Amino acid sequence: MAKPSTFGNMVLSLSLICLVCAALLGFVYSVTAGPIAETELKKVNNAIAAVVPEFDNTPSEEVLQVDDSFVYPASKEGVITGYAVRVKSSGFGGPIQMMVGFTPDGTVYNTSVISHSETPGLGAKITDESIKPRVQIKGKNPGVNNITVSKDGGEIDAITASTITSRAFLKGVSAAYEVFKKAVSLVPVEQPAEETTNTEDNGQE
Amino acid sequence: MGKNNKLGLILDGIVKNNPTFVLVLGMCPTLGTTTSAINGLGMGVATMCVLILSNIAISAVARFIPDKVRIPSYIVIIATFVTLVQLLLQAYVPSLYETLGLFIPLIVVNCIVLGRAEAFANKNSVIDSACDGLGTGLGFTIALTVLGLLREILGSGSAFGWHFTGGDGMLAFVLAPGAFLVLGYLMVIFRKLTDKA
Repeated sequence: MAKPSTFGNMVLSLSLICLVCAALLGFVYSVTAGPIAETELKKVNNAIAAVVPEFDNTPSEEVLQVDDSFVYPASKEGVITGYAVRVKSSGFGGPIQMMVGFTPDGTVYNTSVISHSETPGLGAKITDESIKPRVQIKGKNPGVNNITVSKDGGEIDAITASTITSRAFLKGVSAAYEVFKKAVSLVPVEQPAEETTNTEDNGQE
Repeated sequence: MGKNNKLGLILDGIVKNNPTFVLVLGMCPTLGTTTSAINGLGMGVATMCVLILSNIAISAVARFIPDKVRIPSYIVIIATFVTLVQLLLQAYVPSLYETLGLFIPLIVVNCIVLGRAEAFANKNSVIDSACDGLGTGLGFTIALTVLGLLREILGSGSAFGWHFTGGDGMLAFVLAPGAFLVLGYLMVIFRKLTDKA
């Protein structure tokens, strides 16, 4: 304890401690980086599988980036069966990361909430697949249907006492639809290959 | 501290110097993470790991650290262990990592960890410090688990994720006010029970 403090020994001891700590952290980071990336990928793959119809490709390897969002096209035997769109929406307690699946005509197939920080017992129910907004959004087309909560004149019932979370969820779906539209206009669906050079304004039914 | 009785050191941390009920330290994670029994247990165990490791490391190097830079040194050591625990949780227990999220980095500034380093580890042997870390950590874990369990039972009608009621329970207990209420009553009960001894 009673070790006298001089400039030299203070600098030396702090530097040594930092050096050892940094080495230790670097080592553990390199060991855990693999498993962490794997879990992350598994989470994304599970979410994709949950929100689009059957597919036999690997959507996470065919990912498209549209603005800040990622679009994962799912296809079966070469024919596109759906698009999973990963978006972020701001909920009551922080960002809500979600995956929204569309069939090629823009109908919502299913949704999946990847991460959120909503109030436990209230907004956190958004992770429950049997909750009203999650059930009612299925089969709706954001281009045709009014996908806002009934309080705002829309067709979806909010979670009781969690209107803000429900709104955020639906905003996420709308945002995903915008991304979906852009993605579809970039990649021509069922178009002959020679037209791929001029894809600026086709592909939208 | 009495005789250097290892078991006594551990028990001290659980009962006489219980960090939550007696010392009332580390209230932020206590109130924030105990929305369910599992979360409380996870937070408690994560803090206990950091506490034991940092107590061991600090008691081992305390002799070589000049007095004026001891607090910065302790913080660096504690932060390193917290980051280790965080990386390991993220890699191998991702579900727990997600629920605890923000609170893991906050273990760095948990007064219990720095408090035990300053009050105990820097003047005691490595083994005694490990016992102290284990005892204090267990005390914290038990307190958080009980608090989380009660809040889960009252607030969500479930225990350790197992639903025994059909309904939702009293929501207030899952939210912040319930944390203060349950903690207050638990403190009263704990003091009543330990006063007799």
